[in-house]
Amino acid sequence: MNEYSLLLPLLLPLVGAICLLLGHNSLAFQRVGGVACASLTFILSLYLVYVVDQADFVVIQVGAWEAPFGISLVADRFSAVMVAVSSFMGAAVAVYALGEIDDVRLRKFFFPLYLVLIFGVNGAFLTGDLFNLYVWFEVMLIASFVLISMGGGKGELEGGLKYVVLNLLSSIMFLAGAGIIYGQTGTLNMADIARTLSMTPDAGWVTSSSMLLLVSFGLKAGIFPFFFWLPASYHTPPSTVSAIFAGLLTKVGVYALFRAYTLMFVPIFPQVQPLILVLAVLTMVTGVFGAASHFDMRRILSFHIVSQIGYMILGLAFMTPLALAAAIFYLVHHIIVKTNLFLVSGMVVRLKGSCDLAKVGGLLKSAPWLALLFFIPAFSLGGIPPLSGFWAKFAMVKAGLQIESWIAVTAALLVGVLTLFSMTKIWAEAFWKEQPADVDAQPLRNPAGHFAYMVVPVAVLAVSTILIGLFGEPLFSFSERAAAQLLNPQEYISAVLQSQVEVLP
Amino acid sequence: MKYFILKEASRVLFPALLVLSLVVLYRGHNLPGGGFIGGLLAAIAFILVGFGNSMKRAKDLLRLNPVQIMALGLATAVLSAVPGLLFNAPFLTGEWLPGFSLPLLGKVHLGTPLVFDIGVYLVVLGFVLHSTFSLARLADIQMEEEKS
Repeated sequence: MNEYSLLLPLLLPLVGAICLLLGHNSLAFQRVGGVACASLTFILSLYLVYVVDQADFVVIQVGAWEAPFGISLVADRFSAVMVAVSSFMGAAVAVYALGEIDDVRLRKFFFPLYLVLIFGVNGAFLTGDLFNLYVWFEVMLIASFVLISMGGGKGELEGGLKYVVLNLLSSIMFLAGAGIIYGQTGTLNMADIARTLSMTPDAGWVTSSSMLLLVSFGLKAGIFPFFFWLPASYHTPPSTVSAIFAGLLTKVGVYALFRAYTLMFVPIFPQVQPLILVLAVLTMVTGVFGAASHFDMRRILSFHIVSQIGYMILGLAFMTPLALAAAIFYLVHHIIVKTNLFLVSGMVVRLKGSCDLAKVGGLLKSAPWLALLFFIPAFSLGGIPPLSGFWAKFAMVKAGLQIESWIAVTAALLVGVLTLFSMTKIWAEAFWKEQPADVDAQPLRNPAGHFAYMVVPVAVLAVSTILIGLFGEPLFSFSERAAAQLLNPQEYISAVLQSQVEVLP
Repeated sequence: MKYFILKEASRVLFPALLVLSLVVLYRGHNLPGGGFIGGLLAAIAFILVGFGNSMKRAKDLLRLNPVQIMALGLATAVLSAVPGLLFNAPFLTGEWLPGFSLPLLGKVHLGTPLVFDIGVYLVVLGFVLHSTFSLARLADIQMEEEKS
């Protein structure tokens, strides 16, 4: 039965996309089907978390081909929680899409592509095979290429082009890194690679392949110095699309980095650790400075993705049980909060026709409830207690203090303050100040759907960040269990390679 | 602009290419061929009719909408994964019918991998024709603009 708990959250989006393609003439069917399928995926992913927490691992050898030869699908606690939180975003943003995505986009297969995107993201979290991870990346990217440039406007195509080129570059690096590993170890199964590498005496090719994968995953995750494509493209498509990208796509890169350095490249991690630490600190700092220098709501939020990614990578660089638990907690918190902020920016666009901070203002008076809905995720991102961001940052800083990494801790605290500064900038400009008299800010004409479709998911996400802040204990202890699993790769290896077939390198 | 030779040739080549595509599809499990190449061959048959005769004629011959063909193909591929589950084997496990002999084809061995290949065949056919028809429509629009 465990097998189904892993298969269903993976297959359901694909089956949903097929059904939507078959019924592509009815827009009502597209809307209802898209939301229903995304919500059902979320419910099933919760079941996966439950099963994995009971059983430690769920492993499927697809097509009954034994582990090092076939493709394994593996769910440990870390991947299960990632699937759950990304499916949660999938469901929330699908509802939001009802309010923002117009009929033209729906006719261009918005919802089937959206479901394929979720399919790709969930697949990337659940695969146990390095090349298969590449395939899932491609599934996800091809759907995202279309979603980002669907409008066909000049800005969208420009942002889309940067996005496509940089991601293809990252795919090439990935293939090169995976190719070196395959050429030297003769296997692509991540558990088997980990086993082989642990027996390989220090070899140059291990470092070079790990660096290629670091660059590739880093490009996708948006870490320093590879993040420049992200703020250049995320503000162009509709908020629905940039919200789901902001929530999910970079986190798949982060997930892959964690998987690579807690499983495959454990033997060389001590050499790589200083590099990852430096990258993490620089990512945090450059991201937050970039945000401070911008004046468009969505550009500011895009730069904050970069700086927050730094915190997660910092957890990886510390590599202590507390730091990894904090990083996992941070991932969950960040996905929810960041998606929420992008969704709020879409509501500002809807009410004022723009989210350029110079052009909007007076929202506190005209829409006080929207101010509240912005306030919660924004100050959660800034790390104000009792919201979820406080506990995430607190745990990360505590982990840093434990291993006495003073510079990184200082940077983390400083970046927290600067994050708060740019959140107050949005607050002061968009909400507090009067509407500039010389700018005629009109609500969007011909909105696609009822405004309530946009309010409900934003409110649900805001409530969940409060709940994580107030009752975060179960989630944090789950993160600790997940971190313990990550720190003990031997369990993962033996769960995947049950039959222990001897493979010649 | 219609070419007489192309038009007459497509009349013969259309069924021939379709049969060839099915042969390639069937032998694909162990020999060169398979759903992808078969799908491309079948798409070429329709494109040939489209160029030689008209895209409308090709669409009529296809009957179904290319998007629906893609969706059917995906559905077939997913369904081919299910029999494995019914026999308590992992997802996507190949299940085979007992082999039997037929005149002409020789020993016939049918199983879910062939069903999966049929799915691929349909997806490729639908995708290629969907893009061709869209491009041809753009070209028609452009030509009309130039005329006027």
